[in-house]
Amino acid sequence: MSNTCENNVINASENASCKTKANRIASAFDHGKAFIPFITCGDPDLATTAKAVREAVRNGADLVELGIPFSDPTAEGPVIQEANVRALQGGVTTDKIFDLVRDLRKDVTIPLVFMTYANVVFSYGTDRFLQTCSEIGIDGLILPDIPFEEREEFLPACRKYGVKLISLIAPTSAGRIAMIAKEAEGFLYIVSSLGVTGARNEIRTDLESIVKEVRANTDIPCAVGFGISRPEQAAKCAEVSDGAIVGSAIVRIIAEYGTEAPEKVGEFVHSMVSALRP
Amino acid sequence: MSNPNGRFGIHGGQYIPETLMNAVIELEEAYNKYKVDLEFQRELAELLEEYGGRPSRLYYAKKMTEDLGGAKIYLKREDLNHTGAHKINNVLGQALLAKKMGKTRLIAETGAGQHGVATATAAALLGMECVVFMGEEDTIRQALNVYRMRLLGAEVIPVKTGTATLKDAVSEAMREWTNRISDTHYCLGSVMGPHPFPTIVRDFQAVISKEIKEQMLAKEGRLPDAVIACVGGGSNAIGSFYNFIEDKSVRLIGCEAAGRGIDTWETAATISTGKLGIFHGMKSYFCQDEYGQIAPVYSISAGLDYPGVGPEHAYLHDIGRAEYVAITDEEAVEAFEYLARTEGIIPAIESAHAVAYALKLAPTMGKDKCIVVTISGRGDKDCAAIARYRGEDIHE
Repeated sequence: MSNTCENNVINASENASCKTKANRIASAFDHGKAFIPFITCGDPDLATTAKAVREAVRNGADLVELGIPFSDPTAEGPVIQEANVRALQGGVTTDKIFDLVRDLRKDVTIPLVFMTYANVVFSYGTDRFLQTCSEIGIDGLILPDIPFEEREEFLPACRKYGVKLISLIAPTSAGRIAMIAKEAEGFLYIVSSLGVTGARNEIRTDLESIVKEVRANTDIPCAVGFGISRPEQAAKCAEVSDGAIVGSAIVRIIAEYGTEAPEKVGEFVHSMVSALRP
Repeated sequence: MSNPNGRFGIHGGQYIPETLMNAVIELEEAYNKYKVDLEFQRELAELLEEYGGRPSRLYYAKKMTEDLGGAKIYLKREDLNHTGAHKINNVLGQALLAKKMGKTRLIAETGAGQHGVATATAAALLGMECVVFMGEEDTIRQALNVYRMRLLGAEVIPVKTGTATLKDAVSEAMREWTNRISDTHYCLGSVMGPHPFPTIVRDFQAVISKEIKEQMLAKEGRLPDAVIACVGGGSNAIGSFYNFIEDKSVRLIGCEAAGRGIDTWETAATISTGKLGIFHGMKSYFCQDEYGQIAPVYSISAGLDYPGVGPEHAYLHDIGRAEYVAITDEEAVEAFEYLARTEGIIPAIESAHAVAYALKLAPTMGKDKCIVVTISGRGDKDCAAIARYRGEDIHE
């Protein structure tokens, strides 16, 4: 295993691609508060996804979450559920999404992470999935149906191929935050609200005290997601954290404008980045 | 049979969002406390007996036995329970547990509607709020049960996502639980989902095999040679099997829904056609495509129309302790009609899958052998749908 990046340790003898990969997620948080858009791959088609990602990058996105659609996304609200349905009906597959990333990596240098469900990775063959992630330049993996207790299912393969398995902390994580934060890699995903993904008028969770406990246990950055749809909400969440993650609001733009959406996504990202880094 | 992390061999586990972790940990702690609490046990036993109608009868099906000319057939009459199915065993246990935990609201998924009706019933009895998620397709197939739940004071939410059947109802109930945890217990209806549900539901359903054992010893002075039950998620089957797992002479046979056949896409026979996966909180066998997308399964029976199977069944299959066979719609409908005509008992179409296998197995066994078939529920709810299957223009 001479060309793998185990346990976060960057060894001078390891090859260059591993080295840049292991550093790439941290780089998203290098220039102030980070903005992290989420896009469901293949909604409405992969060409639109590629354009939307490039528009997001051009407008200042610091890291992009690429959603691999799943038939039964139990952590998603209606907006992203419908995007999953559209993408799967359009014939997108895990292999086609790997090809999309290969194409994006010709010019996109910011960190890219996959967000999907355990069965998508497991059924592909966990080792084969993560090996491919490493080869095509994916930096991290978010699996909302994998809590701390089950991460051994995927962690060994993630470490073997230098892909960060991103941990999530929820408003209901009392008593678990230190345990999760101490072992976290890449960045920590702070779930802002109870329930599923989707825009909310107001975020009531006491994010400040959660982040305080996170900071006491780890130095890795933490970004807040779930329910953020407007620039002022993003700015407020980022006041107490290192960045904001927005999914449903972007997916809604894509649902409305279809193949014409990339430019609108770019404008939206610009407004969010401006609010986060005025 | 499960280790502390809720594993049955490689199956089971807790593959759920972080948001729910403290809720399942709280549930496990409460369950471990109350399962050895004598007062809780006394209250539950009283509810099961006085309200649920337990013990259920073990009925010797004489005409069926004579007609088939082989093994003696006994029917475990879970259809005679209050609300008409085995579901009440689990629901009374979970509702009482939830009440002890200080929860005031029950949510549940339902396929055929039997678990939803049972949950609505327990909520009415114990003075709890109740919301039931049911696939829109199933609200049409089982319209009468929708009315029953509403009559009992529950809110029924038709689920329109995905295939609008049981799996989507489970997904939506899980989403609702992540949205509202502090006052809400998710009363899961089968031996599936994240730990500790497969263990809790199995323990509450194990009363079925405990009674079968006692009743067989009383009637025949010996154990049965085979126990047959239908398997969707697998709660009545694990309940029927559990106390016989160590009795190696007893064949345990689970009957899955083959729908239009296991060589077609219109099937729900998970163990026959599925592969290992992770979904709905557990590792087990699931009907899925090569990329892990969950398959839109099909069965005439709304209660067996689920793309997965409980982790303990997956384990019993792996170690060869239980056998799993697939029964088609046509075989189940024939068995539904056969039991009505022969014994004057109309079984649920789910249970008719178990009867169908008994029709095949009994003639191959000697007259000195005994088979127990669990009639998990009554078939009143299915009459209109079966009539339509046979070409009659009947609507509820």
